[in-house]
Amino acid sequence: MSDLPLPVPTPETKHFWEGTRAGELRLQRCTACEKAYFPPRPFCPACGSRKVEVFKASGRGFLYSYVIHHRPAPGFTPPYSIAVVELEEGPRMMTNIVGVPQTPEALRLDMKVKAVFAKQNDEISLVHFTPEAA
Amino acid sequence: MKPGSVAIVGAAETTELGVVPHLSQIQLHADAALNALADAGLRPQDIDGVATAGNTPTEVAYYLGITPTWVDGTAVGGCSFMLHVRHAAAAISAGLCKTVLVTHGESGKSRVGALPRTIPPSGLQGQFEAPYGIFGPPSQFTIPVLRFLKDRGMTQEQLAMVAVVQREWAAKNPRALYKDPITVADVLASRMIAYPFRILQCCVVTDGGGALILTSADRAKDFPQKPVYILGTGESVETPMISQMEDFGSSRAFRVAGKRAFETAGIKHSDVDHLMIYDAFAHLPLFGLEDLGFVGRGESGDFIVARNTAPGGKLPMNTNGGGLSYTHTGMYGMFALQESVRQVRGTALAQVPGVEVSVCHGVGGMFAASGTIVMSNQRP
Ligand SMILES: [Zn+2]
Repeated sequence: MSDLPLPVPTPETKHFWEGTRAGELRLQRCTACEKAYFPPRPFCPACGSRKVEVFKASGRGFLYSYVIHHRPAPGFTPPYSIAVVELEEGPRMMTNIVGVPQTPEALRLDMKVKAVFAKQNDEISLVHFTPEAA
Repeated sequence: MKPGSVAIVGAAETTELGVVPHLSQIQLHADAALNALADAGLRPQDIDGVATAGNTPTEVAYYLGITPTWVDGTAVGGCSFMLHVRHAAAAISAGLCKTVLVTHGESGKSRVGALPRTIPPSGLQGQFEAPYGIFGPPSQFTIPVLRFLKDRGMTQEQLAMVAVVQREWAAKNPRALYKDPITVADVLASRMIAYPFRILQCCVVTDGGGALILTSADRAKDFPQKPVYILGTGESVETPMISQMEDFGSSRAFRVAGKRAFETAGIKHSDVDHLMIYDAFAHLPLFGLEDLGFVGRGESGDFIVARNTAPGGKLPMNTNGGGLSYTHTGMYGMFALQESVRQVRGTALAQVPGVEVSVCHGVGGMFAASGTIVMSNQRP
Protein backbone atom coordinates (compact mmCIF):
# COMPACT_ATOMS: atom_id res chain seq x y z
CA MET A 1 0.00 0.00 0.00
CA SER A 2 3.06 2.29 -0.16
CA ASP A 3 1.91 4.12 -3.31
CA LEU A 4 -1.41 5.02 -1.77
CA PRO A 5 -2.04 8.80 -1.77
CA LEU A 6 -2.23 9.37 1.98
CA PRO A 7 -4.02 12.33 3.53
CA VAL A 8 -2.15 15.24 5.08
CA PRO A 9 -4.21 16.47 8.07
CA THR A 10 -4.85 20.17 8.62
CA PRO A 11 -5.60 21.95 11.93
CA GLU A 12 -9.33 21.58 11.19
CA THR A 13 -9.19 17.83 10.46
CA LYS A 14 -6.59 16.75 13.02
CA HIS A 15 -9.19 15.37 15.49
CA PHE A 16 -10.55 13.05 12.81
CA TRP A 17 -7.17 11.50 12.04
CA GLU A 18 -6.29 11.30 15.76
CA GLY A 19 -9.56 9.40 16.11
CA THR A 20 -8.87 6.86 13.40
CA ARG A 21 -5.42 6.30 14.90
CA ALA A 22 -7.17 5.46 18.17
CA GLY A 23 -9.67 3.20 16.41
CA GLU A 24 -12.55 5.70 16.65
CA LEU A 25 -14.69 7.34 14.00
CA ARG A 26 -15.05 10.94 15.18
CA LEU A 27 -17.70 13.18 13.69
CA GLN A 28 -18.77 16.68 14.62
CA ARG A 29 -22.15 17.94 15.77
CA CYS A 30 -23.64 21.40 16.00
CA THR A 31 -24.80 22.24 19.53
CA ALA A 32 -27.16 24.87 18.12
CA CYS A 33 -29.07 22.85 15.51
CA GLU A 34 -27.99 19.35 16.63
CA LYS A 35 -26.95 18.31 13.12
CA ALA A 36 -24.02 15.88 12.76
CA TYR A 37 -21.74 16.57 9.82
CA PHE A 38 -18.70 15.46 7.86
CA PRO A 39 -16.08 16.26 6.53
CA PRO A 40 -14.60 18.19 9.47
CA ARG A 41 -14.70 21.95 9.88
CA PRO A 42 -14.91 24.10 13.03
CA PHE A 43 -18.43 25.40 12.30
CA CYS A 44 -21.78 23.96 11.28
CA PRO A 45 -22.41 23.82 7.52
CA ALA A 46 -26.18 23.72 8.14
CA CYS A 47 -26.48 26.91 10.20
CA GLY A 48 -23.06 28.58 10.40
CA SER A 49 -22.73 28.27 14.18
CA ARG A 50 -19.21 27.93 15.59
CA LYS A 51 -20.59 26.08 18.62
CA VAL A 52 -19.74 22.54 17.58
CA GLU A 53 -18.43 19.45 19.32
CA VAL A 54 -16.51 16.34 18.33
CA PHE A 55 -18.13 13.03 19.24
CA LYS A 56 -17.42 9.35 18.75
CA ALA A 57 -19.73 7.91 16.12
CA SER A 58 -21.07 4.36 16.28
CA GLY A 59 -19.11 3.34 13.19
CA ARG A 60 -22.24 1.68 11.82
CA GLY A 61 -23.97 2.52 8.57
CA PHE A 62 -25.17 1.09 5.30
CA LEU A 63 -23.78 0.82 1.79
CA TYR A 64 -25.26 3.78 -0.08
CA SER A 65 -23.57 3.42 -3.47
CA TYR A 66 -20.33 2.25 -5.07
CA VAL A 67 -18.38 1.35 -8.16
CA ILE A 68 -16.00 -1.55 -8.65
CA HIS A 69 -12.90 -0.10 -10.22
CA HIS A 70 -11.34 -2.32 -12.86
CA ARG A 71 -8.26 -0.27 -13.63
CA PRO A 72 -5.10 -0.11 -11.53
CA ALA A 73 -4.61 2.94 -9.31
CA PRO A 74 -1.67 3.79 -7.03
CA GLY A 75 -1.85 1.50 -3.99
CA PHE A 76 -4.74 -0.60 -5.32
CA THR A 77 -5.06 -3.86 -7.22
CA PRO A 78 -8.23 -4.10 -9.31
CA PRO A 79 -11.01 -4.97 -9.00
CA TYR A 80 -11.69 -2.94 -5.86
CA SER A 81 -14.71 -1.09 -4.54
CA ILE A 82 -14.89 2.67 -4.15
CA ALA A 83 -17.93 3.13 -1.96
CA VAL A 84 -19.99 5.70 -0.13
CA VAL A 85 -21.43 4.67 3.23
CA GLU A 86 -24.25 6.47 4.98
CA LEU A 87 -23.52 6.54 8.70
CA GLU A 88 -26.13 5.93 11.38
CA GLU A 89 -25.63 9.54 12.49
CA GLY A 90 -26.51 10.88 9.02
CA PRO A 91 -23.34 11.96 7.22
CA ARG A 92 -21.93 9.98 4.30
CA MET A 93 -18.30 9.23 3.61
CA MET A 94 -16.22 7.68 0.87
CA THR A 95 -14.46 4.42 1.74
CA ASN A 96 -13.51 0.96 0.54
CA ILE A 97 -15.62 -2.05 1.46
CA VAL A 98 -13.23 -4.74 2.69
CA GLY A 99 -13.44 -8.34 3.86
CA VAL A 100 -15.90 -9.30 1.17
CA PRO A 101 -15.52 -10.32 -2.51
CA GLN A 102 -15.38 -7.25 -4.74
CA THR A 103 -18.37 -8.32 -6.81
CA PRO A 104 -21.87 -6.90 -7.42
CA GLU A 105 -23.31 -10.04 -5.83
CA ALA A 106 -21.41 -9.55 -2.56
CA LEU A 107 -21.66 -5.75 -2.49
CA ARG A 108 -25.39 -5.33 -1.95
CA LEU A 109 -26.74 -1.78 -1.72
CA ASP A 110 -28.26 -1.02 1.69
CA MET A 111 -26.35 -3.81 3.45
CA LYS A 112 -25.25 -2.94 6.99
CA VAL A 113 -21.57 -2.17 7.40
CA LYS A 114 -19.25 -1.24 10.25
CA ALA A 115 -16.04 0.76 10.36
CA VAL A 116 -12.64 -0.90 10.56
CA PHE A 117 -9.38 0.98 10.78
CA ALA A 118 -6.48 0.31 8.45
CA LYS A 119 -3.14 1.55 9.79
CA GLN A 120 -0.97 3.03 7.04
CA ASN A 121 1.82 4.51 9.19
CA ASP A 122 2.30 6.00 12.67
CA GLU A 123 0.14 9.00 11.82
CA ILE A 124 -2.52 7.82 9.39
CA SER A 125 -5.13 5.10 9.72
CA LEU A 126 -7.83 5.01 7.06
CA VAL A 127 -11.48 4.15 7.71
CA HIS A 128 -12.72 1.15 5.77
CA PHE A 129 -16.04 -0.61 6.15
CA THR A 130 -16.91 -4.27 6.24
CA PRO A 131 -20.28 -6.07 6.29
CA GLU A 132 -21.68 -6.11 9.81
CA ALA A 133 -22.59 -9.77 9.45
CA ALA A 134 -18.95 -10.70 8.79
CA MET B 1 -30.28 41.04 -18.53
CA LYS B 2 -33.42 41.26 -20.63
CA PRO B 3 -34.09 38.06 -22.65
CA GLY B 4 -32.56 38.41 -26.11
CA SER B 5 -30.56 41.58 -25.37
CA VAL B 6 -27.22 39.82 -26.00
CA ALA B 7 -26.38 37.54 -28.91
CA ILE B 8 -23.73 35.10 -30.07
CA VAL B 9 -22.33 36.48 -33.33
CA GLY B 10 -19.34 34.21 -33.79
CA ALA B 11 -18.89 30.51 -33.08
CA ALA B 12 -16.37 27.92 -34.20
CA GLU B 13 -14.44 24.87 -33.11
CA THR B 14 -10.79 24.16 -33.82
CA THR B 15 -10.15 23.25 -37.46
CA GLU B 16 -9.02 19.81 -36.35
CA LEU B 17 -10.65 17.81 -33.59
CA GLY B 18 -9.79 14.45 -32.05
CA VAL B 19 -6.09 13.67 -31.94
CA VAL B 20 -4.12 16.87 -32.59
CA PRO B 21 -0.61 16.31 -31.20
CA HIS B 22 0.92 19.02 -33.40
CA LEU B 23 -0.86 21.83 -31.52
CA SER B 24 -0.28 22.82 -27.91
CA GLN B 25 -3.16 23.63 -25.61
CA ILE B 26 -2.79 27.42 -25.88
CA GLN B 27 -2.70 27.13 -29.67
CA LEU B 28 -5.94 25.13 -29.56
CA HIS B 29 -7.50 28.16 -27.79
CA ALA B 30 -6.06 30.43 -30.45
CA ASP B 31 -7.07 28.24 -33.40
CA ALA B 32 -10.66 28.18 -32.17
CA ALA B 33 -10.61 31.90 -31.40
CA LEU B 34 -9.28 32.83 -34.85
CA ASN B 35 -11.96 30.64 -36.46
CA ALA B 36 -14.71 32.27 -34.38
CA LEU B 37 -13.33 35.74 -35.13
CA ALA B 38 -13.37 34.94 -38.86
CA ASP B 39 -16.94 33.70 -38.48
CA ALA B 40 -17.86 37.09 -36.99
CA GLY B 41 -15.71 39.11 -39.40
CA LEU B 42 -13.54 40.45 -36.57
CA ARG B 43 -9.85 40.68 -35.63
CA PRO B 44 -8.53 39.93 -32.12
CA GLN B 45 -8.03 43.67 -31.60
CA ASP B 46 -11.81 44.19 -31.91
CA ILE B 47 -12.36 42.16 -28.72
CA ASP B 48 -12.60 43.96 -25.35
CA GLY B 49 -13.74 41.08 -23.13
CA VAL B 50 -12.06 37.69 -22.61
CA ALA B 51 -13.33 34.66 -20.70
CA THR B 52 -11.77 31.23 -20.45
CA ALA B 53 -11.09 28.29 -18.11
CA GLY B 54 -8.17 25.89 -17.73
CA ASN B 55 -5.72 28.38 -19.12
CA THR B 56 -6.18 31.89 -17.71
CA PRO B 57 -7.76 34.86 -19.49
CA THR B 58 -4.35 36.53 -19.09
CA GLU B 59 -2.67 33.79 -21.14
CA VAL B 60 -5.36 33.85 -23.81
CA ALA B 61 -5.56 37.66 -24.08
CA TYR B 62 -1.79 38.00 -24.24
CA TYR B 63 -1.35 35.19 -26.79
CA LEU B 64 -4.02 36.62 -29.10
CA GLY B 65 -2.93 40.26 -28.71
CA ILE B 66 -6.08 41.48 -26.96
CA THR B 67 -6.32 44.37 -24.46
CA PRO B 68 -9.50 43.62 -22.53
CA THR B 69 -11.52 45.93 -20.27
CA TRP B 70 -13.29 42.88 -18.78
CA VAL B 71 -12.08 39.34 -18.04
CA ASP B 72 -13.64 36.26 -16.49
CA GLY B 73 -11.55 33.29 -15.39
CA THR B 74 -14.39 31.34 -13.81
CA ALA B 75 -13.12 27.76 -13.78
CA VAL B 76 -15.68 25.29 -12.43
CA GLY B 77 -14.89 22.47 -14.84
CA GLY B 78 -16.53 21.55 -18.12
CA CYS B 79 -19.51 23.90 -17.79
CA SER B 80 -17.29 26.96 -17.20
CA PHE B 81 -18.18 28.20 -20.68
CA MET B 82 -21.89 28.25 -19.88
CA LEU B 83 -21.03 30.44 -16.91
CA HIS B 84 -18.82 32.61 -19.14
CA VAL B 85 -21.72 33.14 -21.54
CA ARG B 86 -23.95 34.08 -18.61
CA HIS B 87 -21.38 36.46 -17.12
CA ALA B 88 -20.57 37.95 -20.52
CA ALA B 89 -24.25 38.67 -21.17
CA ALA B 90 -24.44 40.47 -17.82
CA ALA B 91 -21.20 42.37 -18.47
CA ILE B 92 -22.29 43.50 -21.93
CA SER B 93 -25.70 44.55 -20.55
CA ALA B 94 -23.94 46.51 -17.78
CA GLY B 95 -21.67 48.28 -20.27
CA LEU B 96 -18.42 46.78 -18.95
CA CYS B 97 -17.40 45.67 -22.44
CA LYS B 98 -18.87 45.40 -25.93
CA THR B 99 -17.50 42.30 -27.61
CA VAL B 100 -16.59 39.21 -25.61
CA LEU B 101 -14.49 36.24 -26.72
CA VAL B 102 -14.97 32.97 -24.81
CA THR B 103 -12.35 30.32 -25.59
CA HIS B 104 -11.69 26.69 -24.82
CA GLY B 105 -8.62 24.72 -25.79
CA GLU B 106 -7.51 21.45 -24.29
CA SER B 107 -4.90 18.93 -25.24
CA GLY B 108 -6.83 16.28 -23.33
CA LYS B 109 -5.54 13.32 -25.31
CA SER B 110 -2.04 14.31 -26.45
CA ARG B 111 -1.36 16.49 -23.38
CA VAL B 112 0.86 18.94 -25.26
CA GLY B 113 1.29 22.05 -23.12
CA ALA B 114 -1.52 20.75 -20.90
CA LEU B 115 -2.01 21.63 -17.26
CA PRO B 116 -1.12 19.14 -14.48
CA ARG B 117 -3.95 17.19 -12.84
CA THR B 118 -3.32 16.85 -9.13
CA ILE B 119 -5.37 16.50 -5.94
CA PRO B 120 -3.62 18.30 -3.03
CA PRO B 121 -3.33 15.72 -0.19
CA SER B 122 -4.24 18.29 2.48
CA GLY B 123 -7.42 19.44 0.74
CA LEU B 124 -10.77 17.91 1.66
CA GLN B 125 -10.83 15.69 -1.43
CA GLY B 126 -7.19 14.76 -0.86
CA GLN B 127 -7.95 13.68 2.71
CA PHE B 128 -11.41 12.15 2.38
CA GLU B 129 -11.63 10.74 -1.16
CA ALA B 130 -8.18 10.30 -2.72
CA PRO B 131 -7.04 7.58 -0.25
CA TYR B 132 -9.83 5.29 -1.47
CA GLY B 133 -8.51 4.70 -4.96
CA ILE B 134 -10.29 7.34 -6.99
CA PHE B 135 -8.53 7.55 -10.30
CA GLY B 136 -9.94 10.20 -12.62
CA PRO B 137 -13.57 10.96 -13.45
CA PRO B 138 -14.57 7.38 -14.48
CA SER B 139 -14.00 6.25 -10.88
CA GLN B 140 -15.85 9.17 -9.26
CA PHE B 141 -18.59 10.55 -11.50
CA THR B 142 -20.07 7.06 -11.71
CA ILE B 143 -20.42 6.42 -7.95
CA PRO B 144 -24.03 7.68 -7.57
CA VAL B 145 -25.41 5.51 -10.37
CA LEU B 146 -26.17 2.24 -8.58
CA ARG B 147 -28.19 4.23 -6.05
CA PHE B 148 -29.92 6.24 -8.82
CA LEU B 149 -30.90 3.06 -10.68
CA LYS B 150 -32.01 1.13 -7.60
CA ASP B 151 -34.21 3.90 -6.20
CA ARG B 152 -35.95 4.24 -9.58
CA GLY B 153 -36.18 0.57 -10.43
CA MET B 154 -34.21 1.40 -13.57
CA THR B 155 -31.92 -0.99 -15.41
CA GLN B 156 -28.41 -1.07 -16.80
CA GLU B 157 -29.99 -1.65 -20.22
CA GLN B 158 -31.68 1.75 -19.99
CA LEU B 159 -28.35 3.31 -19.05
CA ALA B 160 -26.73 1.58 -22.03
CA MET B 161 -29.41 2.92 -24.37
CA VAL B 162 -28.15 6.48 -23.78
CA ALA B 163 -24.89 5.55 -25.52
CA VAL B 164 -26.71 3.72 -28.33
CA VAL B 165 -28.92 6.69 -29.20
CA GLN B 166 -26.06 9.14 -29.14
CA ARG B 167 -24.08 6.97 -31.50
CA GLU B 168 -27.01 7.25 -33.92
CA TRP B 169 -26.54 11.01 -33.90
CA ALA B 170 -22.76 10.66 -34.24
CA ALA B 171 -23.25 8.49 -37.32
CA LYS B 172 -24.66 11.58 -39.06
CA ASN B 173 -21.67 13.70 -38.07
CA PRO B 174 -18.47 13.32 -40.11
CA ARG B 175 -16.48 15.12 -37.37
CA ALA B 176 -17.50 12.65 -34.67
CA LEU B 177 -14.69 10.46 -33.28
CA TYR B 178 -16.89 7.33 -33.27
CA LYS B 179 -19.57 6.83 -35.94
CA ASP B 180 -20.17 3.06 -36.17
CA PRO B 181 -23.58 1.95 -34.85
CA ILE B 182 -23.67 0.12 -31.51
CA THR B 183 -26.34 -1.93 -29.73
CA VAL B 184 -27.27 -2.25 -26.07
CA ALA B 185 -25.58 -5.67 -26.14
CA ASP B 186 -22.40 -4.09 -27.53
CA VAL B 187 -22.40 -1.54 -24.71
CA LEU B 188 -22.95 -4.15 -22.01
CA ALA B 189 -20.23 -6.38 -23.49
CA SER B 190 -17.67 -3.61 -23.75
CA ARG B 191 -14.70 -3.43 -21.40
CA MET B 192 -15.54 -2.81 -17.75
CA ILE B 193 -14.08 0.43 -16.40
CA ALA B 194 -15.85 0.96 -13.08
CA TYR B 195 -18.83 -1.33 -12.53
CA PRO B 196 -21.54 -0.69 -13.66
CA PHE B 197 -19.79 1.50 -16.26
CA ARG B 198 -18.32 0.00 -19.41
CA ILE B 199 -16.05 1.88 -21.78
CA LEU B 200 -18.91 2.67 -24.20
CA GLN B 201 -20.70 4.51 -21.38
CA CYS B 202 -17.67 6.74 -20.76
CA CYS B 203 -16.73 9.78 -22.83
CA VAL B 204 -14.02 9.74 -25.45
CA VAL B 205 -10.76 11.58 -24.73
CA THR B 206 -9.66 14.09 -27.36
CA ASP B 207 -7.79 17.28 -28.24
CA GLY B 208 -9.61 20.34 -29.51
CA GLY B 209 -11.27 23.60 -28.67
CA GLY B 210 -14.00 26.06 -29.46
CA ALA B 211 -14.75 29.76 -29.16
CA LEU B 212 -17.76 32.05 -29.02
CA ILE B 213 -18.16 35.79 -29.60
CA LEU B 214 -20.94 37.72 -27.90
CA THR B 215 -22.18 41.27 -28.28
CA SER B 216 -25.34 43.29 -27.70
CA ALA B 217 -28.35 42.29 -29.77
CA ASP B 218 -28.53 45.83 -31.14
CA ARG B 219 -25.03 45.46 -32.62
CA ALA B 220 -25.57 41.82 -33.61
CA LYS B 221 -27.58 42.64 -36.74
CA ASP B 222 -24.46 44.20 -38.33
CA PHE B 223 -22.54 40.90 -38.21
CA PRO B 224 -22.37 38.41 -41.10
CA GLN B 225 -24.00 35.50 -39.25
CA LYS B 226 -27.59 35.21 -38.15
CA PRO B 227 -27.55 36.22 -34.44
CA VAL B 228 -28.22 33.59 -31.79
CA TYR B 229 -29.95 35.38 -28.93
CA ILE B 230 -29.36 34.51 -25.28
CA LEU B 231 -32.84 34.16 -23.77
CA GLY B 232 -32.03 32.91 -20.31
CA THR B 233 -29.19 31.60 -18.17
CA GLY B 234 -28.54 29.83 -14.88
CA GLU B 235 -25.62 28.62 -12.83
CA SER B 236 -24.82 26.97 -9.51
CA VAL B 237 -22.31 24.81 -7.66
CA GLU B 238 -22.77 22.05 -5.12
CA THR B 239 -19.70 20.20 -3.80
CA PRO B 240 -16.20 19.32 -5.03
CA MET B 241 -16.61 15.85 -3.46
CA ILE B 242 -18.93 13.40 -5.18
CA SER B 243 -19.35 11.56 -1.87
CA GLN B 244 -20.93 14.67 -0.35
CA MET B 245 -23.53 15.28 -3.07
CA GLU B 246 -26.85 15.79 -1.21
CA ASP B 247 -28.89 13.36 -3.28
CA PHE B 248 -27.32 10.62 -5.42
CA GLY B 249 -30.48 10.65 -7.52
CA SER B 250 -30.50 14.34 -8.40
CA SER B 251 -28.04 17.18 -8.85
CA ARG B 252 -28.83 20.28 -6.82
CA ALA B 253 -26.63 22.35 -9.16
CA PHE B 254 -28.60 21.05 -12.17
CA ARG B 255 -31.92 21.92 -10.56
CA VAL B 256 -30.86 25.43 -9.54
CA ALA B 257 -29.17 26.34 -12.84
CA GLY B 258 -31.91 24.82 -15.00
CA LYS B 259 -34.79 26.44 -13.13
CA ARG B 260 -33.19 29.87 -13.29
CA ALA B 261 -32.46 29.51 -17.01
CA PHE B 262 -36.04 28.56 -17.83
CA GLU B 263 -37.44 31.34 -15.61
CA THR B 264 -35.24 34.08 -17.00
CA ALA B 265 -35.91 32.94 -20.57
CA GLY B 266 -39.63 32.88 -19.89
CA ILE B 267 -40.03 29.56 -21.71
CA LYS B 268 -41.87 26.33 -21.03
CA HIS B 269 -40.47 22.86 -21.68
CA SER B 270 -42.79 22.52 -24.69
CA ASP B 271 -41.03 25.53 -26.27
CA VAL B 272 -37.73 23.61 -26.46
CA ASP B 273 -36.90 22.27 -29.94
CA HIS B 274 -33.41 21.01 -29.21
CA LEU B 275 -31.50 19.99 -26.10
CA MET B 276 -27.89 19.45 -25.16
CA ILE B 277 -27.08 17.76 -21.85
CA TYR B 278 -23.38 17.43 -21.15
CA ASP B 279 -22.67 13.69 -21.25
CA ALA B 280 -19.27 12.89 -19.83
CA PHE B 281 -20.89 9.58 -18.82
CA ALA B 282 -24.10 7.87 -19.88
CA HIS B 283 -26.03 8.72 -16.72
CA LEU B 284 -25.76 12.48 -17.10
CA PRO B 285 -28.57 12.82 -19.67
CA LEU B 286 -30.79 10.79 -17.30
CA PHE B 287 -30.07 13.13 -14.41
CA GLY B 288 -30.39 16.15 -16.71
CA LEU B 289 -33.76 15.16 -18.18
CA GLU B 290 -35.19 14.70 -14.68
CA ASP B 291 -33.48 17.64 -12.96
CA LEU B 292 -34.38 20.09 -15.73
CA GLY B 293 -37.98 18.93 -15.52
CA PHE B 294 -38.35 17.45 -19.02
CA VAL B 295 -39.56 14.23 -17.38
CA GLY B 296 -40.63 13.23 -13.88
CA ARG B 297 -38.45 11.45 -11.34
CA GLY B 298 -37.67 7.95 -12.55
CA GLU B 299 -39.00 8.53 -16.09
CA SER B 300 -35.72 9.36 -17.84
CA GLY B 301 -34.80 5.77 -18.74
CA ASP B 302 -38.10 4.99 -20.43
CA PHE B 303 -37.98 8.38 -22.17
CA ILE B 304 -34.64 7.50 -23.79
CA VAL B 305 -35.65 3.92 -24.64
CA ALA B 306 -38.82 5.25 -26.31
CA ARG B 307 -36.50 7.18 -28.66
CA ASN B 308 -37.75 10.63 -27.71
CA THR B 309 -34.20 12.00 -27.90
CA ALA B 310 -33.14 9.97 -30.97
CA PRO B 311 -33.15 11.18 -34.58
CA GLY B 312 -36.81 11.78 -35.45
CA GLY B 313 -37.82 12.00 -31.75
CA LYS B 314 -39.77 14.83 -30.21
CA LEU B 315 -36.84 16.14 -28.13
CA PRO B 316 -33.62 15.74 -30.16
CA MET B 317 -30.75 15.66 -27.67
CA ASN B 318 -26.95 15.65 -27.97
CA THR B 319 -27.23 15.85 -31.73
CA ASN B 320 -23.48 16.05 -32.32
CA GLY B 321 -23.04 12.59 -30.75
CA GLY B 322 -22.09 14.09 -27.40
CA GLY B 323 -19.11 13.49 -25.22
CA LEU B 324 -19.73 9.76 -25.61
CA SER B 325 -19.18 9.73 -29.38
CA TYR B 326 -18.37 13.18 -30.79
CA THR B 327 -15.53 14.63 -28.73
CA HIS B 328 -14.51 15.25 -25.13
CA THR B 329 -11.37 17.22 -24.46
CA GLY B 330 -11.89 17.31 -20.71
CA MET B 331 -14.11 20.39 -20.62
CA TYR B 332 -16.81 19.48 -23.13
CA GLY B 333 -19.23 22.32 -22.34
CA MET B 334 -17.88 24.47 -25.17
CA PHE B 335 -18.76 21.76 -27.69
CA ALA B 336 -22.31 21.47 -26.36
CA LEU B 337 -22.67 25.25 -26.79
CA GLN B 338 -21.25 25.04 -30.33
CA GLU B 339 -23.82 22.41 -31.30
CA SER B 340 -26.69 24.47 -29.84
CA VAL B 341 -25.51 27.48 -31.85
CA ARG B 342 -25.29 25.42 -35.04
CA GLN B 343 -28.75 23.92 -34.52
CA VAL B 344 -30.27 27.36 -33.88
CA ARG B 345 -28.45 28.81 -36.91
CA GLY B 346 -29.61 25.83 -38.99
CA THR B 347 -26.07 24.79 -39.91
CA ALA B 348 -25.53 21.58 -37.90
CA LEU B 349 -24.16 18.48 -39.60
CA ALA B 350 -27.14 16.51 -38.24
CA GLN B 351 -29.57 19.42 -38.48
CA VAL B 352 -32.94 19.10 -36.76
CA PRO B 353 -35.62 20.79 -38.90
CA GLY B 354 -37.06 24.06 -37.59
CA VAL B 355 -35.06 24.59 -34.39
CA GLU B 356 -35.96 27.92 -32.83
CA VAL B 357 -35.12 27.33 -29.15
CA SER B 358 -32.22 25.26 -27.84
CA VAL B 359 -31.39 24.53 -24.21
CA CYS B 360 -27.73 23.81 -23.48
CA HIS B 361 -27.00 22.31 -20.07
CA GLY B 362 -23.53 21.73 -18.69
CA VAL B 363 -21.90 20.02 -15.75
CA GLY B 364 -18.58 20.88 -14.10
CA GLY B 365 -16.45 18.54 -12.03
CA MET B 366 -18.34 15.51 -10.73
CA PHE B 367 -21.81 17.06 -10.29
CA ALA B 368 -19.83 19.91 -8.69
CA ALA B 369 -21.13 22.74 -10.86
CA SER B 370 -23.67 23.49 -13.52
CA GLY B 371 -24.58 26.10 -16.12
CA THR B 372 -27.61 26.29 -18.39
CA ILE B 373 -28.09 28.53 -21.43
CA VAL B 374 -31.30 29.02 -23.42
CA MET B 375 -30.75 30.39 -26.92
CA SER B 376 -32.93 31.22 -29.89
CA ASN B 377 -32.80 32.61 -33.42
CA GLN B 378 -35.77 34.84 -32.55
CA ARG B 379 -35.39 37.95 -30.42
CA PRO B 380 -38.36 38.17 -28.04
ZN1 LIG C 1 -26.03 24.01 13.09
